Amino acid sequence: MNKFDLATDSVRELNQALHDQAKELTEREWHVSNPGGKHNLAVGVNEALSIDIDGHAGYYCAGMNQKATVTVHGNVGVGVAENMMSGVVRVKGSASQAAGATAHGGLLVIEGDAGARCGISMKGVDIVVGGSIGHMSCFMAQAGRLVVCGDAGDALGDSLYETRIYVKGTVKSLGSDCIEKEMRAEHLDELKELLHRAGFNEDPASFKRYGSSRQLYNFKVDNASAY
Amino acid sequence: MSDKPTPVLRESATFDRLTIQEIQRAAETGIYDIRGGGTKRKLPHFDDLLLLGASMSRYPLEGYREKCGTDVVLGTRFARKPIHLKIPVTIAGMSFGALSAQAKEALGRGASIAGTSTTTGDGGMTPEERGQSQHLVYQYLPSRYGMNPDDLRKADAIEIVLGQGAKPGGGGMLLGMKVTERVAGMRTLPIGVDQRSACRHPDWTGPDDLAIKIAEIREITDWEKPIYVKIGASRPYYDVKLAIKAGADVIVLDGMQGGTAATQEVFIEHVGIPILAAIPPAVQALQEMDMHRKVQLIVSGGIRTGADVAKAMAMGADAVAIGTAALIALGDNHPRLDEELKKIGSAAGYYDDWQNGQDPAGITTQNPELSRRLDPVEAGRRLANYLRVLVLEAQTMARACGKSHLHNLDPEDLVALTVEAAAMARVPLAGTNWVPGQGF
Repeated sequence: MNKFDLATDSVRELNQALHDQAKELTEREWHVSNPGGKHNLAVGVNEALSIDIDGHAGYYCAGMNQKATVTVHGNVGVGVAENMMSGVVRVKGSASQAAGATAHGGLLVIEGDAGARCGISMKGVDIVVGGSIGHMSCFMAQAGRLVVCGDAGDALGDSLYETRIYVKGTVKSLGSDCIEKEMRAEHLDELKELLHRAGFNEDPASFKRYGSSRQLYNFKVDNASAY
Repeated sequence: MSDKPTPVLRESATFDRLTIQEIQRAAETGIYDIRGGGTKRKLPHFDDLLLLGASMSRYPLEGYREKCGTDVVLGTRFARKPIHLKIPVTIAGMSFGALSAQAKEALGRGASIAGTSTTTGDGGMTPEERGQSQHLVYQYLPSRYGMNPDDLRKADAIEIVLGQGAKPGGGGMLLGMKVTERVAGMRTLPIGVDQRSACRHPDWTGPDDLAIKIAEIREITDWEKPIYVKIGASRPYYDVKLAIKAGADVIVLDGMQGGTAATQEVFIEHVGIPILAAIPPAVQALQEMDMHRKVQLIVSGGIRTGADVAKAMAMGADAVAIGTAALIALGDNHPRLDEELKKIGSAAGYYDDWQNGQDPAGITTQNPELSRRLDPVEAGRRLANYLRVLVLEAQTMARACGKSHLHNLDPEDLVALTVEAAAMARVPLAGTNWVPGQGF
């Protein structure tokens, strides 16, 4: 196992070492200690590495991840796994706002709560949150799935496109064009699989599904009051 | 026969025929007008400035003999691999989606022949564009359509877009008629849906966050590539200062005469400030932070001629970018298209319905039949010719001012024709020593 101690090593040295694995893979197991809330940890990784960050991380942890499995044994700041393409990012604690923003693929698991704008503009990633999420989550989300085992804040799914949202708890309010939809058998199966992959023991039947009513997909003057 | 004089019809200055027509159109449709192109009304511009050629007190260089350098290095502040361009005229960001793949390829071809860079846009990076562009700047936009780390690593520079001159504060709108299977696939959205590009980045909320975001992009690309920050001209003094503080290598300042693929007419004509008014406060901000020429400044928004290039550089820019002019050089609005344009309610020289995808030039369209009309090789050659002319014109004016490099032009080479231009450009009114706002 390759070990980095951010009390003495720099973030630049960590990221460069991780990036170098894409050219010459010498070590798959990585352990990062003393992250101290530093920003941009393990960003742009492009190899199937296993990276454990032992503590809290700052902004954009695991940003643009490809292939790697990154586990944060603590909380994370803004934009964890932003624009992730593939791989898995797991946060043992809670996340600040914009978790998984614009992410195209892979799986983001947040065992605690997530702040505002969770999954904003998501483009294909799967996000599973063990706790609750804040306001404006999934704003302009385009594709992928968001699962929330707790509650959701105001304006969930505002201006949503094709992302599917599953919430177990209460939803404070739905955003423009977002509606509750029927939970059919295929959705129960999909949710069961997502919960299983994320490691949560929840009953899919206790969730409700939300998605776009697709009324705002093309601008019409009759819809002007929705904006 | 009446001996009364024929009445002279007098148009209202406030409610002229265009205004009346727009009110009637609005009353009929209930929706604002969306179009492409740039501003149509006359605004303060480089035409309101003059260059002072040498006579007695300055010594000119020989126009066809003595060298006048044109190269520029962008990204010298932090990047391990700055971009070295042969000419200080770059191609501005324009999206695949707004433009056909053939047009994007042609832009890359033309720019590469001339020794300069081209820039992606909202739709992501196409293989055609990357393949034909010697220097390609990859835009990091609020929408993040098609954004991926593989393309970040393929880019020669990364431009974080905060605003566009034609619509600072506004997002984009690619209307559904241009959203084909390929465009939709790159943007992860259904075919035929209006694609709203966000007006703000989803995962940061201010300049302090931007500094961390820039650091993230640098970390992902191992600090190799220059990071540009593009702002729509509205509050350039403050925006430039904050961009410098956030760590930008290069600032792209886009004035209100810049083009757009599609946005509200009222936005195009009434939001932002002309590039003439935007450059001086931007340069002031750079100078106050001792970053002028260290953080390079690219200006855009209505650049048309070598005179515009020379004047922009005299005002303190390191380079300029062209968008609309590049499309015209490729063949947009060409007279040979007049008959076809008339069939769709326009005419050569007037066509600005870039949003509807019917461009007979094959440039602002996703219609396969139309886009196939554009030969990327021939269009690229035309663009390269135009770029050469811009630079030759700028060089000849610089030599007349006694300058051996375009970067040696300075504000003392300029005067203004109008009080307004003198005040905005912060140069003297022609024939006087008076710079409005700076005393006598």
